[in-house]
Amino acid sequence: MSASYDEVLRRLNKQLETVAELNAEFDESTELVDGLGLDSFKVLDLLLEVEDEFDISIPMNVLADVRTVADMAKRIHELGPKAE
Amino acid sequence: MSLFDKFSSLASDREALLSVGFDPFGTPIEEVYSPTEARIDGRRIILAGTNNYLGLTFNAECLQAAHKAIDEQGTGTTGSRMANGSFAGHRALEKELAEFYQMRSAIVFTTGYQANLAVISGLTQAGDVIVIDSDCHASIYDGCKLSGADVVRFRHNNAEDLDKRLARLGERANNALIIIEGIYSMLGDRAPLKEIIEVRKKYSSLLVVDEAHSLGVLGETGQGLIEECGVLNEVDFVVGTFSKSLGSIGGYCASNHPELDFLRYASRPYVFTASPSPSVIASTRAALPILRDGKHLRKKLWNNAQKLYEGLSELNYELGPEISTVVAVMLDTKEQALAFWRGLLEHGVYVNLVFPPAAPGKKCLVRCSVSAAHTDEQIEKIIAAFADLGSLVK
Repeated sequence: MSASYDEVLRRLNKQLETVAELNAEFDESTELVDGLGLDSFKVLDLLLEVEDEFDISIPMNVLADVRTVADMAKRIHELGPKAE
Repeated sequence: MSLFDKFSSLASDREALLSVGFDPFGTPIEEVYSPTEARIDGRRIILAGTNNYLGLTFNAECLQAAHKAIDEQGTGTTGSRMANGSFAGHRALEKELAEFYQMRSAIVFTTGYQANLAVISGLTQAGDVIVIDSDCHASIYDGCKLSGADVVRFRHNNAEDLDKRLARLGERANNALIIIEGIYSMLGDRAPLKEIIEVRKKYSSLLVVDEAHSLGVLGETGQGLIEECGVLNEVDFVVGTFSKSLGSIGGYCASNHPELDFLRYASRPYVFTASPSPSVIASTRAALPILRDGKHLRKKLWNNAQKLYEGLSELNYELGPEISTVVAVMLDTKEQALAFWRGLLEHGVYVNLVFPPAAPGKKCLVRCSVSAAHTDEQIEKIIAAFADLGSLVK
């Protein structure tokens, strides 16, 4: 069974907490770069962690269309990761 | 929002950089005395950040060949390889590179950057998949972008991680293009090539090895990591540059795949740029046999590398993971790195200043590259400069 969008978002948020700038508050609409203080390479490294968390392959070129936390969660959800 | 808004953070960073008197990311070199010395800011400085690994930029045979080519063929080709820019020298160098690698054919490109752009974007297209080491050079990232293929990264120098990511690709892994480097330019570490080849054998992926920093540096005849590991026949494409060990500018790709030649028609960075100048080709051709036969140069190079690495290690600097011709000192902040870089220059030593994301991880680097042309005395002076500046980091 694949994970629901809410489950994807919950697990993604847990990962974002580890990479976001100290005390950065965020929600679905937060931008990864401007809102979380991630530079382009931190976003790429986040992608490695996300791929491992959900055991899926996410080509880095999809990031061209990913600006917010919700964008990222939607892309992961579309790839049908397994539920926990 | 203005087009120029994106420069605002660069503008403040630049102001800090200029506080040293000039831009470290464009250090004005006023006069070059030799492969290892130049005048900077009015003073004679030891060059320890030029990637001039074999010190061939002033080699008499290379100079003579370049002079002769200018006299006989002029200053430039004024055209693309596909139009009027394929002179006899370009073709001869391609043949010599193919022979050097004992491969079917080779293609010459105008720069090393363009070699990666041309090979990657020529071999792959939208719908294909490329798997790259996360620490690959910007030219590899840019080649991937130009190709339109799906790009997956694996953790730096981690063959197990590569295997995991290829497995996730399922059937697509069998047609993937894997790209790694022989020696990584920032920390000087070698790729675990044999392990990567074992992983690649599980799939039918193709393998590209960029030997930019390992050509002339590794292997009995200087072919690079592929020669050191004895895996010449297990690599599909070897890419490299003339602008380091060969002392000129340009790039190449060698391969046993006959399809390599189709890049001459299908690769935009090959087709839509002027070919290298005749003098560049001539000095490169003169340098190639010197590189091939230069065991004594490699011996001196590695002696210098070991001496510098161990000297800085004894001073308790945080260095890259192995003794290498690139010796990178890792520092915590941009301010610290900038002060350190300026301090080295004041002590008569030029190195490269590198900030993230060009430097891997969060660290900043003062990056040295060693040359076979460095004398023992110069290496000792470089170590002494680092010793004097220890208080800046402790």
